[in-house]
Amino acid sequence: MLDVTDLACRRGDRQLFRSLSFQVPAQTLLHVRGRNGSGKTTLLRALCGLLRPDAGRIRWKGKSIGELAEDYNRDLLYFGHLNGIKADLTGLENLRIARTLDQDPVGDDAILDALARIGLEGFEDLPTRMLSQGQKKRVALTRLILSKAPLWILDEPFTALDVDAVDLLQQLIAEQVADGGSVVLTTHQEVPLTQGAIQRLTLDEADD
Amino acid sequence: MLRVFYSVLARDILLALRRRTDVLTTLFFFIIVISLFPLGVGSEREQLQALGPGVVWVAALLASMLALERLFAADYDDGTLEQLLLTGQPLALLVLAKVLAHWLLTGLPLVLIAPLVAMQYHLEATAVWVMMAALAVGTPVLSLIGAIGAALTLGLRGGGILLSLLILPLYVPVLVYGAGAVTVSAIEIADTEPYFHLLGAFLLGALVLAPLAAAAALRISLE
Repeated sequence: MLDVTDLACRRGDRQLFRSLSFQVPAQTLLHVRGRNGSGKTTLLRALCGLLRPDAGRIRWKGKSIGELAEDYNRDLLYFGHLNGIKADLTGLENLRIARTLDQDPVGDDAILDALARIGLEGFEDLPTRMLSQGQKKRVALTRLILSKAPLWILDEPFTALDVDAVDLLQQLIAEQVADGGSVVLTTHQEVPLTQGAIQRLTLDEADD
Repeated sequence: MLRVFYSVLARDILLALRRRTDVLTTLFFFIIVISLFPLGVGSEREQLQALGPGVVWVAALLASMLALERLFAADYDDGTLEQLLLTGQPLALLVLAKVLAHWLLTGLPLVLIAPLVAMQYHLEATAVWVMMAALAVGTPVLSLIGAIGAALTLGLRGGGILLSLLILPLYVPVLVYGAGAVTVSAIEIADTEPYFHLLGAFLLGALVLAPLAAAAALRISLE
């Protein structure tokens, strides 16, 4: 369970949010909403430990994430604005490295199956710079299929995806929640769940 | 853990092989800078022999500087660096793998080509061997120290210039003892051993401390 108490972040002179407290138990989706610039990405980066909050505590399974460090990272999958794939490597190579870094190397067959599921059959041997924007995003999203991490933090995962890919991603998120995982995401889209709970968090504190 | 180290190393080498120009520009820069000096100062044997070690070392510093900017920048731009920070691995280990790949691609070629370019300076055979050995010990130190600077200046505008201002002063000890070893080898009674002990000490120190410092700097740069 992700447990956040009294979190506050500022960017420059602007207080983005303060005294933010919430919990994300297993089998729960936390949908973070807010207008542009309200601090959604900052919140998500703080939850990942990429950014140190000005105040407040973030705990995972009862321990502070700073203390857990690498152990927390092992339980976490972060999907940010940048795809995090190398343009000069093929989809297969990119995912192979991603799996090794997560210390869960899988066979090429599993990766190829995952790529086929996300609709990239026949593109696995092309350097990803040859792919379209949406296809690159799909390569990056294949990490979700292969991941066993219990906590997913997804920043605007639906942008640049076509209808089929949006459906698939919604399905993946629903599966993750149904399997007992937690998901934190920002999106302007609704994510229907068959199982588990949806919490909503809206960031729109006035600037002061 | 070794597997992850090897995987990052192999990834960076594979990427460099797909994009060979980056590696070749550093090498040609090194060759050209060294070749310009004999053209500029004339072909007097003694003068060139005296200049040689210093010029080769300064060229090596500049070439390694040139390549440093790209050490983390590409990974920063496409978000893979973010993912490296979030793996369940000690970041310092991943940094060390990246630095090793960087040295294999930009430092090692300089060591290997040095005897050829040094021919222009009429250096004795022993001096050439000493120079290769000194470069082999010294250039990894340059890559390691440079990694700290590259991590600190990541994502800054005009980071390249700032990087050289930060890092070049730190290269001074390597330059002094590296070039010193070559100069001293020309003197018959002198011994180059102390120079190598010092360079070796720098290397060991940098090997232990630089990845930790660079990892900390990366965390700050990505905030």
